[in-house]
Parts: sequence; structure tokens; C-alpha cells
Amino acid sequence: MAFGAFANTGPDLSAAAPRRRSYVALILLAPGVLYLVATFVAPLVSLVLTSFKEPGGDFEVGEYVYAFRWENYAEAIERFGEIFLRTFGYSLLATVLALVISYPLAYFIGVTLRRFPLWQSLTLILVIAPFFISFLLRTLAWKAVFADEGPVVSFLQSIGVLGPEDYLNGTAFTVIFGLTYNYIPFMTLPIYASLERLDLRYVEAGGDLYAGAGQRFWRIILPLSLPGVVSGTLLTFIPASGDYVNASKDFLGSTNTVMAGNVINDMFFQSFYPLSAAVSILLMVAILIPVIAYVAKSGSEELL
Amino acid sequence: MTTQEAAVLGRAEEAPAPRRRPRSGRGGAGSWVVGAYSLLALGIMMIPIVYTIVFSFNDARRTNIVWRGFTLDNWLGICDDPRVCESFGNSIIVGVTATIAATILGTMIAIAIVRYTFRMRTLVTVLLFLPMATPEVVLGSGLGSQFVNMGVERGLWTIIVAHIMFCISFVVVTVRARVASLDPSLEEAGRDLYASPGQVFWRVTLPLLMPGILAAALLCFALSFDDFIITNFVSGNAETFPKFVYVAASRGIPPQSNVIASAVFFLAIILVVVAQLSAGVRRRRLAKAG
Repeated sequence: MAFGAFANTGPDLSAAAPRRRSYVALILLAPGVLYLVATFVAPLVSLVLTSFKEPGGDFEVGEYVYAFRWENYAEAIERFGEIFLRTFGYSLLATVLALVISYPLAYFIGVTLRRFPLWQSLTLILVIAPFFISFLLRTLAWKAVFADEGPVVSFLQSIGVLGPEDYLNGTAFTVIFGLTYNYIPFMTLPIYASLERLDLRYVEAGGDLYAGAGQRFWRIILPLSLPGVVSGTLLTFIPASGDYVNASKDFLGSTNTVMAGNVINDMFFQSFYPLSAAVSILLMVAILIPVIAYVAKSGSEELL
Repeated sequence: MTTQEAAVLGRAEEAPAPRRRPRSGRGGAGSWVVGAYSLLALGIMMIPIVYTIVFSFNDARRTNIVWRGFTLDNWLGICDDPRVCESFGNSIIVGVTATIAATILGTMIAIAIVRYTFRMRTLVTVLLFLPMATPEVVLGSGLGSQFVNMGVERGLWTIIVAHIMFCISFVVVTVRARVASLDPSLEEAGRDLYASPGQVFWRVTLPLLMPGILAAALLCFALSFDDFIITNFVSGNAETFPKFVYVAASRGIPPQSNVIASAVFFLAIILVVVAQLSAGVRRRRLAKAG
């Protein structure tokens, strides 16, 4: 998978030196791998255990004991089923919108601007520029833009798209807009990395064989950039589905736009740990199924 | 594409075209539309950045929402709101510590993955991949509930523990590409000249890997500095800059936070531009030499 899109990949010369088997590998791997076992694997196990806990001790809020209370999951699905569907819908829509916006942008930077390296670097810097300014402040800036007295609402009211009592902040529109905006760079960069390596002679060969513009796109350009599209889609969909900032009521959302992340966050801070854990596990499973399907197709060596 | 394929295609291009064929790429109405669309998209993406920077100069009194006129006071008195300064300092401490630790651990793994064979290779790859494929809120609530179960007091150090965890995979991905593109004959040359394994590593391998390691460190620092979703679960009473912004969002953000964000933004952009320019200069010099 092209998470390597963030790396400046050079030619792969590793095949020139055969991989050796040595105790050195163990020394190099052990600290990092043990760290991940302690801070990633163990918390996941702890999350699963917590999700089956039941109220106990002195029955104070936040007091739970280990048990096998599978009803936590039933409760999570019953209470938050609708929220799961909304989370899935919002993130899917944001991913599709991000793709529709990012593909032409990545094509423009990676192919059209190829003969102008200076412009290529400049536009690429603009794509990653949002990374360098606080994610929360950027989201709050959109809140100001979409505010009831703000420019967008006033304009839409003046042309009659919105009624005088209508608003944008706190609706599905602003939440999906925020999700799309925040993850566009994650979609654009991997697609750009694929398109930048695209050999235009393939496209010309298509033209030689009388392929029209549409055929050249669907049968040559798109298939060759598909790895970038797949990684971009995952890099957008995964974080968007767990995001709880855009949908939070202090940012672009309201009580009508609650997503799974908000539930996990709220339950955790109200000390309903088992319920928060159950929702986390359900979210992770729902996300991992499509990811594993992709991994099974592309092989584990391609993961990083 | 293999070199063979490229060679074949290259020859095909040189062959004279027998008949008129549809022209591919290059100019045309299509690329104008793509260009205009892209510039519009980039323009819209810049709105919140410009907004944040502009409002760092706002003569705001209580809330920084309405424009009340230009002032430099916010920039000159960053610490007028002590919580802004303190949380910024915490973010720097967390970012620097987590970056150093994660970069060392990740670089070691990257070298091992490219250079050595070992048992359970697939398992290690999956272990490195999963933190990137798990929604951050799950990573956060997982670590958070583990700290709660263990009865650990949460604070700055638990934030650092979490940030090292999510940085490692990104460091491995970034450095691995650099290790893979390293020409092994350079290290061989070192060994031929009777350098010890330690000397080869410190004087040949590490300097050659440095650009990749620095890129990984910058990426890790950027991820750490801007992380809120995971931090929120593991921070206890400690406050990083993003957490301060989140908490303050319900009652109004002081303009000093815009100053901090803008200053960091300018610094990062300058770094990136300098890196791009120096890479360009090096490429031109290499092209001239070759």
C-alpha cells in the first residue's frame, strides 16, 4: 500500500544485496516491536476485555469488574445502530467527494505540470499546506465561514437557496464538508504519487491504437493510477470514520450529526468504559473488514 | 514498468506514424478545464489557512470571531493568555521527545526489514500496518482504557507514550524507502577499505540515510504536534496546544492561539520551500556533472 506516498521513494536497490539472516535483525527489531506490543496490542486486548465488563465494586460510576457481559454489544448496537449507519454514510460520502476533487487535482500536478517543475513543487506545497496549520483551528475557520451571519449563508439566502430561517452549521452538509476538506491531502498525495510515475508513452500508444480520450482515461490512466486511488481511499475513509471533531457540536456538527467517534469519546469521559470499548471494537471491526479484503488481494509485503 | 517495456515503447514512439491518429494529452480544452478546476480547489483549500492567519492580527477583545481592526498586540504578547503559552510548551516537549524516540525505534525496524530475513516477517509487517489502519479514536480509547484499568495517572508522559506508538509506523514507511534506495556497493567499498562494521554504519550508512530519517522525524513531529483525537484520551489534566483549542472552542478561542498556529505554519512552509529548492539545486548540479 502506498503509505509510502509520504516518503520520497528512490530506486529500489535492495535486491542488489541479498537479505541476510542474523541476530542483528533481532536486536534492531526487538525494541520497536516490543513497544508496539505494549502500547498497541495490549491496549486492544484491554479494550476487548473492557467491552465485556459489568458494573461492580461499590456500584459507583466508573467502577467495573471483569466479566463476560456480551449484552454490552447488544446495547451498543441497539442504542447506536443509527449512528453507525450515519458514520458509514458520512465517511463514504466524504471519501467519494474527496476522490472527485482530488483526482483531477493530482492529475493536474502530476501530469499536466510535469514540464514545469517549479509550478509542480509550488502546487504540491499548497496541497500539503493545511497539514502545517492546526487541524482544529482550520475546522473552526470553516465554522466562521458557514456561520449564520457569515458570507455563505447570507449569499445563499440572498439568491433564495436558503430560506431566511435556514442555517448551515450543525447540519450534515457542514460535517461532510469538513470531513472532505480535512482529508483531501490524504487522497491527493497517493494519487499524485501514482500519476507522477505514469509513463505517458502508454497513453500515446493508446492514441496510436485509435483510443479516444475517454478510452485512454478508463483503460490506461485510471488502471495505472489505481494503487494510488486505493491507498487514498483508505487513508481518507479510515480516519474520517473515526473522526469526532468535525461532528462535535462546538465545531461543525450538532446533536443531529453525532458519529461513532463522538459516542466513544462521550461514553469514555462519562466513565461508561465498557460501552465506549464495545463501540470502539465494533467500529474497528467494521473498518478492518474492507481493509483486510484489500490486504488479502495485494499481499502483506505490499502493506507498507 | 520494466526497462524492457520502456525500451519497446520508446522505439514504438520513434517509428513513423502511418496514418492520422487522435492526439493524446498535451494542451486542448480538457487540460484547461482540469487546470481551472484544480486551481479553484486549491483556492478553496487555502480559505481556512488565510482566515486563521488574518485573525491572528485581529484586535479581538473577548472572542475572536468578529473583525475589529488590525493589531500586532497578539503577536507581541503571545503569553498574555498563559494557557496558550503553557500548552504550546507542552506540545513542544511532547513532540520533541516522541519524535526522537519514535525515529530511533522506527529507523532500526526499517533497516531490519530491508536488510535482513527473519521469522514471522509477515506478523511484523501486519503489526506495523495495523496502527495506521486503525481509526485514531480506537487507538486513543484503547490506550486510555488500558491506563484506566492499570490505575495509571495520566499526564504528559502518557501523551508521549501514545505519540511514540502512532509515529513508529510512519517512520518505518518513510525510512524504509531510503534504506531500499541505498546503493550497497558504497558500504562494500567501506568494508574493502578495512572499516569496522561500526565505522561503516556511522560513517557511510547513517549519513546516507539521514535525509530519510530527517523527513521521518519532521513527519512525526507534525503528526504529534497536531494530534488531538488520541491525546484527548490519554492526557488527564495535561494540556497540549490542540487540546487547549478544543477545550476553548466552546467559549471562544483567544487570538494568541491563531498567532501560534500561524507562526508554526510559516516556519514549516519556509522549511519545506528551502528543502525543495536545495533538492532542485542538487538535481541540476548532478545533471550538469552527469
